[in-house]
Amino acid sequence: MTEIHKKIKEIINKNKVVLFMKGTPEMPQCGFSMTVCNILKQLKINFFSVNVLADELVRQGIKEHSNWPTIPQLYINGNFIGGCDIVKEMFENGDLEKTLKQ
Amino acid sequence: MAISREELFELLTAGFPDGEIKIDDLAGDNNHYAAVIKSSKFNGKNKVQQHQMVYAALKGKMGKELHALALTTEEKK
Repeated sequence: MTEIHKKIKEIINKNKVVLFMKGTPEMPQCGFSMTVCNILKQLKINFFSVNVLADELVRQGIKEHSNWPTIPQLYINGNFIGGCDIVKEMFENGDLEKTLKQ
Repeated sequence: MAISREELFELLTAGFPDGEIKIDDLAGDNNHYAAVIKSSKFNGKNKVQQHQMVYAALKGKMGKELHALALTTEEKK
């Protein structure tokens, strides 16, 4: 495992909720990242965010980590949950809150 | 950094021969699409796996030639 994959794993395992996104929760740089941020804010969830635009290695590494080609990516309890579409769907059907309570 | 609606449709049809596929060009710029795909290949798979199968059908274009694809996947019984 390369250095960057180790670093990513550490971030995901150390924080209950992690969002890899473009920009920051205060200033998202992409509509999909903003959508996921807004959902987490609405649920009043504290989350750790990683701005992939600030680090090209993380941006590539996270895509390899999850075999998922796009950003944002949400992780809860160390597990990859999905991108914007899946998070939105889980928010609407209540699965997201259930997963967060685990 | 764009892909035509026809090309997208062909890739998805090749990946999901039994699929019912609907594609919307959201911004009219060949770069932001929404797709709804209903296929029996999704049966028994979770959402992450279903979307990964779609990305595999797009042969690495997702996130490169294609910037945005809002995805809805459904099982076909």
